[in-house]
Amino acid sequence: MTIFDPYAPSRETTEGTVFSVTGGDWDSLIQEIGSTKEERVVVNMGPQHPSTHGVLRLVLELEGETVTEVRCGIGYLHTGIEKNIEYRNWTQGTTFVTRMDYLSPLFNETAYCLAIEKLLGITSDVPERASVIRVMMMELNRISSHMVALGTGALELGAITPMFFAFREREIVLDLFEMISGLRMNMAYIRPGGVQQDLPEGAIPKIRDAVKLMRKNFKDNSTLLIGNSIWLKRTQGIGYLDLAGATTLGITGPVLRSTGLPWDLRKVQPYCGYEGYNFDVITADTCDVYGRFLIRMNELEQSLRIIEQALDKLEKLEGAPVMVADKKIAWPAQLALGSDGLGNSLNHIREIMGTSMESLIHHFKLVTEGFRVPAGQVYQAVESPRGELGAHVVSDGGTRPYRVHFRDPSFNNLQATAAMSEGGMIADIIGAVASIDPVMGGVDR
Amino acid sequence: MTENGMFGASDSGDTSGYGGLVQTTSTTGSTERPYGGYFDAVVDDLERAYPEFSQAIERVIVDRGELTLHVKREKLLEVAMILRDNLKFESCMGVSGIHYPENLGRELVAVYPLLSMTNNRRIRLEVSLSDSDAHIPSLVDVWAGNNWHERETFDMFGIIFDGHPGLTRILMPDDWQGHPQRKDYALGGIPVEYKGATIPAPSNRRTYK
Repeated sequence: MTIFDPYAPSRETTEGTVFSVTGGDWDSLIQEIGSTKEERVVVNMGPQHPSTHGVLRLVLELEGETVTEVRCGIGYLHTGIEKNIEYRNWTQGTTFVTRMDYLSPLFNETAYCLAIEKLLGITSDVPERASVIRVMMMELNRISSHMVALGTGALELGAITPMFFAFREREIVLDLFEMISGLRMNMAYIRPGGVQQDLPEGAIPKIRDAVKLMRKNFKDNSTLLIGNSIWLKRTQGIGYLDLAGATTLGITGPVLRSTGLPWDLRKVQPYCGYEGYNFDVITADTCDVYGRFLIRMNELEQSLRIIEQALDKLEKLEGAPVMVADKKIAWPAQLALGSDGLGNSLNHIREIMGTSMESLIHHFKLVTEGFRVPAGQVYQAVESPRGELGAHVVSDGGTRPYRVHFRDPSFNNLQATAAMSEGGMIADIIGAVASIDPVMGGVDR
Repeated sequence: MTENGMFGASDSGDTSGYGGLVQTTSTTGSTERPYGGYFDAVVDDLERAYPEFSQAIERVIVDRGELTLHVKREKLLEVAMILRDNLKFESCMGVSGIHYPENLGRELVAVYPLLSMTNNRRIRLEVSLSDSDAHIPSLVDVWAGNNWHERETFDMFGIIFDGHPGLTRILMPDDWQGHPQRKDYALGGIPVEYKGATIPAPSNRRTYK
């Protein structure tokens, strides 16, 4: 009879001795390892680990506390979204893509919808009010996403208070999302041709108040972290990646901007009318975790600036349409807000059920069949909080996408983990991965 | 390629008469010059820098404001090197696959979106492959960031990237059978009952052209 050893039990394999550590038994592990001659230790970190930003698995080869090799294991959150979209119509696709990178759903939707609009050739027909709402929603989303990046990043390095502040701010944004779209995440709010529905009554003053409150609140985290000597020691010179490394690895977003290159698609290849807003592209020249942290902190203020300008524009565009005029594409966008969230538009139901059979046929065809998109392919990129989010969308002329591929920035940027961490200390991997800000829903799709 | 019918569902009687239509679509020929924008400059620069341009580039397509160069598989590595070094396309935004089972001899397509930050330009490379010989040179030596993207396209389409440093599955489990994004790979799913009615799985629902 074998006795089960609850403390770091081991078994022999062809690759060497394998220990199962469950936490709290590291001392017994070290005792066991200390008695062997082997200096090289391979550690499996994740996929269930509180500091790996979700289900990311890191295979680390260690010599003492120095990391000699890092390999990432991904795919634990693969949900087949790209395959599923091929069996739904074009509009239904938004409900899938919004679930990929779950911290920046509105960017997924925008990239997908801009690509469809380009395929349809209606990019210039999208009403200005819809574009302004898209910009405002995306910038609010950038704040909520950066808040998770900062909060969890700090938490993973051992600072708990910044996480509380960050999630307080994120809550403000999520409440606004709930007020506008009915949902806090996975909204499918941005639709091909415009947005799902107009802003509810009284939304603009509420957003203005929230902007004011957030501008005040952001100071809490910046006074806590900027210049903090413990924080500096954990982030400065850590996770180094320079410009040459970033371009060959296809890195974009805050990681690229931390090398000093002011590359922001909102400025260099504007979409949704970003050329009509005043904002700065934030860079750092330190190529390290601290630089990326500072970029995200300062981008918050730039997002607030864009939101304020968008609100000014929205006030001037009061009552303008939020969906393309072409009824062959536009889903009914005048929904009513019920007591339990979104409801059907009673006026629309009255029309299709009571007065016009043609309207009913049209509604039925549009919703069940969907609209047709002329054959062809496009690639549309937007600047998500993590970098270039590209949607490669192919149509064969039918009512369903033939192929949709998302070039997710988290997926691409995670490849830099090895370049950032090899040769460093094991504790610094956490900071390096956190500065990439990968979202596994986007990585695995 | 030929296409039958024009619109509607294929599993019910054809009352419109359009179901009898047979259309032939051509997949050859290039866009006529001028291409517009910076596309002429890109193609001119590539022609100057690469003497074998006419043998390597099968088609030049400009559609919806985007430039696509159809590259012969054998020349892909050379073209990529010149685009990176001479035309300053420093970054490749990965590779995406497409599967056209009806397009015999060119069933699989690999699509590479390129980005030049120096010149603020985007182009796209497209390579067609036969399903029976789904090999393509890996571009990891040109753009290191293509590593995972090529693994994903191998995983999803079964395209084999020759010269890749470790071409293994990345999203699906290592022992998975088949390549899920191919059109002959079924989506799966079961019918669901809702309020007394049965709703078929997405892949078994009626399709419309």
